[in-house]
Amino acid sequence: MSTSLVFVIVVAIGVVGYFLGRQRAVGKDNGSIKAHSLPHYHGWWVFLASALPAILFLALWAGATSIYLERSAIAELPAHTADSVIASQSLELGMVSGIARGLDKLTSEEKANLPQTFAELRPLLSSKGVALAPDGQDFMIPIAVEWNKNSVRASTIGGGIALVLALAGAIFGISGVHVRARARNNVERVILAGLIAASTIAILTTVGIILSMLFQTLTFFQSVSPTSFFFGTVWDPRFAAAGSGGSQGQFGLIPLLAGTIYIAFVAMLFAVPVGLFSAIYMAEYASRNVRSVVKPMLEVLAGIPTIVYGFFALVTVGPFLRDLSAAISGGYAFIMAQSVLTAGIVMGVMLIPFVSSLSDDIITAVPGSLRDGSLGLGSTRSETIRRVVLPAALPGIVGALLLTASRAIGETMIVVLAAGVAANLNINPFDAMTTITVKIVNQLTGDLEFNSPQTLVAFALGLTLFFITLAMNIFALYIVRKYREQYE
Amino acid sequence: MTDIALNPAAVSARPARRDIGLKRRYAAERRFRLYGIIAIAIGIFFLFALLYSVFSNGYTAFWQTEVNLSINLDPKIIDPDNKRATDPNVLLTANYPLLARNALAEKLGVSQSDKPGLRELGKLFSDGVRGQLRELVAGNPALIGTTQNVWVLTGADIDSAFKGQIDLSVDQTRRKVSDKQVEWMNKLKGEGAMAQRFNTGLFTYGASSRPETSGLSVALIGSLYMMLIVLCLSLPIGVAASIYLEEYAKKSRLTDIIEVNINNLAAVPSIVFGLLGLAVFINFLHMPRSASLVGGLVLTLMTLPTIIIATRAALRAVPPSIRAAALGIGASKTQMVFHHVLPLAAPGILTGTIIGLAHALGETAPLLLIGMVAFVANNPVTPLDPATALPVQIYMWANEAERAFVERTSGAIIVLLLFLAVMNITAIILRRRFERRW
Repeated sequence: MSTSLVFVIVVAIGVVGYFLGRQRAVGKDNGSIKAHSLPHYHGWWVFLASALPAILFLALWAGATSIYLERSAIAELPAHTADSVIASQSLELGMVSGIARGLDKLTSEEKANLPQTFAELRPLLSSKGVALAPDGQDFMIPIAVEWNKNSVRASTIGGGIALVLALAGAIFGISGVHVRARARNNVERVILAGLIAASTIAILTTVGIILSMLFQTLTFFQSVSPTSFFFGTVWDPRFAAAGSGGSQGQFGLIPLLAGTIYIAFVAMLFAVPVGLFSAIYMAEYASRNVRSVVKPMLEVLAGIPTIVYGFFALVTVGPFLRDLSAAISGGYAFIMAQSVLTAGIVMGVMLIPFVSSLSDDIITAVPGSLRDGSLGLGSTRSETIRRVVLPAALPGIVGALLLTASRAIGETMIVVLAAGVAANLNINPFDAMTTITVKIVNQLTGDLEFNSPQTLVAFALGLTLFFITLAMNIFALYIVRKYREQYE
Repeated sequence: MTDIALNPAAVSARPARRDIGLKRRYAAERRFRLYGIIAIAIGIFFLFALLYSVFSNGYTAFWQTEVNLSINLDPKIIDPDNKRATDPNVLLTANYPLLARNALAEKLGVSQSDKPGLRELGKLFSDGVRGQLRELVAGNPALIGTTQNVWVLTGADIDSAFKGQIDLSVDQTRRKVSDKQVEWMNKLKGEGAMAQRFNTGLFTYGASSRPETSGLSVALIGSLYMMLIVLCLSLPIGVAASIYLEEYAKKSRLTDIIEVNINNLAAVPSIVFGLLGLAVFINFLHMPRSASLVGGLVLTLMTLPTIIIATRAALRAVPPSIRAAALGIGASKTQMVFHHVLPLAAPGILTGTIIGLAHALGETAPLLLIGMVAFVANNPVTPLDPATALPVQIYMWANEAERAFVERTSGAIIVLLLFLAVMNITAIILRRRFERRW
């Protein structure tokens, strides 16, 4: 019995239970005693009592089954693979489960005279639409057959228990229907539990991010020492040919970190003056009409996906800067098409709306009485802004700039297309440099096996990135809270 | 200030103006204002430069050059050994491009003995003709032996030349189309047999190494699946979480942690979510790589904070008097929330959701890590099949070297931007139409 069929039956039992419960509640209500809950609450309670435990059980059972299947398959795998590296064991497991999935699709007649060698089995399975890698072994076939048997047994037992649970729940729910039964409270308690569960997903996500990256990073640090990662100045992961494994690359974080900070710095150098001055102009000078046209236009910049900015840098800005530099020096293009400058400028354009809309909010939040006081003393508007409004808004603006900078550091697609992949350590903004995010993408695209330091380093980089941006965000919040002026 | 130490006679005659540097200060004022205008101009300039660069490169991608051929479906070429009744593979593996080349040679008067000429002629049309004719013949084998009038895609270089994107004034050895091909092209154009037609292939083809037969269908389906998954998961979960935090939760350590978490998640770089997806969904839970299901889950986690923040703002905007009134006439707290507060907050929630979805639609980086950069030629049927996404397809095309792919990339960006524009405009209209001021 397949799990999805059981699921459908369980839900069907629940739906039938809903109607029976409601009907029973209506029948019980003869008007002499005031009913506690409306009939449909009784129906819902029967539905929840029958479907919810059964569905939860099914989910748990499915998880337990897959663990059990893997355990029993590992126990049967020949000894020589049991003590080899975990990756090859997981590869073999993947193979076995692949064969098992393929065997599932065979007709009973084909199953009866199953080929004994993998070489014969493979074309048969691929004719059923299950393509397998050619390195399967003959000994895997009986294990796969056993796997299927176990899985059928497990799903039969689980399905049976789930159905019993659903029926028992339905009977329990229906028998509990009477006029004073507190069905509404029961239903509302379940709803509240659901709401709490939904709001813990945010915590689970953060925990998941930290734990998943931490585990991979620790594995990475088993083969590369933390000091050579954090303080190494050479990035040369040297993709080893499959199986050789001897040559160790160098995984120095410093060039990537330098590139990340440099590009973010150039971007901020561009975005902060532009964004801040546009915010000031829009908050203090612009008429309502100008504001209603210009503000949405700048917000459009924020809505454009970063991949589009990356393409803009690659196709337009990069070649333009290169040709410009060639025209200036008369032939030799000293600005490369992929350079810190290109990535920085385009990223700066992307950041303009963030700086301007955040600062705009903060500047408008400065109370008008401060402005009026300053203007009344005879200062000009710009003097008011520079000496009164901006100092009052400063903590908020610094916080906004920190948030913007953390966005610049975590930005990926622009730098992937515009900054280049060479991990250089230099200070020439016209040369290519690379960033942490680019290297994460480089190390993890394409075919990968999960045990080599070349791929695991991406998680160490990701964790570093996560903590850098986290620190900046927390620092921004701290500054805003500590130095915020309370006016009202 | 120096003027104040002065002779009294002058003061009584006419009070000297104190020099408060008005001229200088007004100049500074004007400069300051000018800086603001320049800053805004720079922002708007880049907006238009970006849009211009995309649209000027991309609008031609919606038209593709095709050539009209009267192709003689010669049984001697399709099925030289006359086995098609017994072996269905014959119709699938036949040399269809040869048929197209013969038709073209006849039309342009190139003799069958002119081998170099024939080779250049073969580059005039796309190899996609193989699939096109195969479908035609395999779908209706009775056509064999007849002559069919078919519009066939031209090669990518010819397409570029036809659209005027290749500079024909340079020497023919330094460009991708030869003088002879240009001559043929102009001849066919004069006869009306070569023309630009609407590029349906852009929306119906999957991945291909040839620009003229590569399209967005896999990416569109993948993105559609992911958006559906994001909508179905993040809307209920986000709304439920916001209702709990806004309406039920008392201020406790747990709710504090949840709030800090949500604000932090909103600022975590998107690529980190990709790492999470790779480690948890693919490596730990063994979900299939490149599947839209995994992409949808990752984007859901990424969109949740946006939706939660928007929903909480919408719930907070519902005035307390509504809640008090509902409770006052005997509604339970849950009834109050679900029957009264939530419907009133719905427009705000919807607006936030659409904006979150638009954000998710344009997101690329996390999808790269979970293997959606794949060469997928066949349309995915279920969310478990390998697929790509619209922005990922743009990334893959942007990495291709050929000129014709730049055009396609820009075309794909236009499609993406149109989707985003529609979503955002819908959100704005919803807000304008249904937003209530209390």
